[in-house]
Amino acid sequence: MLQKLKQNQFLFGELVKRDFAKKYKRTILGMAWSIISPLMNLLIMWLVFSVFFGSNMEHYVIYLFAGQLVYSYFVDATSLGMSSLLSNAQIFTKVNVPKYLFLFSQNISSLINFGLTLLVFFAFVALDGLPFTWKFFCLLYPTVCLIVFNVGLGLILSALLVFFRDMQHLWAILTQLIMWMSAIFYSIDAYSADVQRLFMANPLYLYIDYFRRIVIHGAVPSVQFHLLAALYAGLTFALGAYMYKRYNHEFLYYV
Amino acid sequence: MDFILKAERVSISYKIGDFKDIGLKEWVMRHLKHNFQVETFMAVRDVSFELYKGDMLGIIGTNGSGKSTLLKAVTGVMEPRSGSITRRGSVAALLELASGFDGDLTVRENAYLRGAMLGYTKEFMDKTYEQILDFSELRDFAERPFKQLSTGMQSRLAFSIASLVQPEILILDEVLSVGDGAFQEKSAAKMREIINGGAATILVSHSLGQIRELCNKVLWLDKGRQIAYGETEPICDDYAAYLAGQYEIGVS
Repeated sequence: MLQKLKQNQFLFGELVKRDFAKKYKRTILGMAWSIISPLMNLLIMWLVFSVFFGSNMEHYVIYLFAGQLVYSYFVDATSLGMSSLLSNAQIFTKVNVPKYLFLFSQNISSLINFGLTLLVFFAFVALDGLPFTWKFFCLLYPTVCLIVFNVGLGLILSALLVFFRDMQHLWAILTQLIMWMSAIFYSIDAYSADVQRLFMANPLYLYIDYFRRIVIHGAVPSVQFHLLAALYAGLTFALGAYMYKRYNHEFLYYV
Repeated sequence: MDFILKAERVSISYKIGDFKDIGLKEWVMRHLKHNFQVETFMAVRDVSFELYKGDMLGIIGTNGSGKSTLLKAVTGVMEPRSGSITRRGSVAALLELASGFDGDLTVRENAYLRGAMLGYTKEFMDKTYEQILDFSELRDFAERPFKQLSTGMQSRLAFSIASLVQPEILILDEVLSVGDGAFQEKSAAKMREIINGGAATILVSHSLGQIRELCNKVLWLDKGRQIAYGETEPICDDYAAYLAGQYEIGVS
């Protein structure tokens, strides 16, 4: 796959450019939206849970932001990635191009959004007086896992969408469910150990938790934690890659 | 001399009656009742042909005879259900010309994107972009959004991009009728240049005059079946007679 990707570098670059041009077409603020919208979301959540509900956890803004950061990248990448195959049907039914390139290029713009938000996140961390340590380099690990996980899920969803158009609506609901299950704005400390373990079955929670442990507590998670994070990403990607390989010539019949 | 493109007993099918047509509810119901079956519609059956360097194959047939489907298999967009297609070289295809362009992008961006899709390198596009602009006569429109171009201009761009390279196999689906009279002359001249340059070309056209003028081989399809393959003139004569209702296709 990587070898092929290299051959298609030019096409990939052009697709990325196209997706970017289309995304910010006729917006006045353009890419600034990448930073503004997560910040606005953060503000709303902070208002609701800190001011109205009076959550008084230490470093609550950072706690919230870490959740929001990972979750918004997840939603952005999967929701946009989901339609990447279908919206390029005009192309792949006429020209023989590797179909996964559409998803990859779509993911690049989501990834850049994530990168920009991450910078803002670090600014907030500094403002909050949390210390920057060498452990921050560990954040590369959950980031890579998250990218692979999002791409894998994007592959699965975009393939499914070609066969079942209902996926688009279903996914909108599921992402809501996932948001509530990922402990973005609440803490799971009050739950029993069993329930806490249950949260580990949610890959997104795992990645969010990794960020929080490093940034807020300055603690590197256990080896098992790392393995689980990689396992989720690897399995998702493998399934997605398999679906694309298996149905490569079938998509055409359903668009 | 070795062939550049060879199709051996190629059959291509479409699926019908799958849940795309019957809906999810019906699909689940039929699965539960165990009477779900996908029917296949054979769009192309047992078609064989060979192309050598400098060959120009004309494909003729009425609407729905499987011409475009066959071309999709040649480009690799579709997989034949049985039989095989062997390509020895790069394929540049002009199928349904203006599709695949993005209306919001400029002519320049579209040219690069299309070039990338056809498998050209960036260096090649940088080198030939000026030529493409000149050939398509769209220099004044280079930074305009693609959707503001007329249909003729769009086709001109598509033709220019695909033909300015030296593909080993060039596929033209109803494209020589694009543009105004002057551009048609130019594109026909360009075509001859490519053929003389050693490319193997496949041309789908409803204009028998064009086929007779350009092609040295003809493949006649009807309802997916290969009716005739070979010399241009006799087959074109038969086809013309068939269209006029004076010739019956032997049902095999």
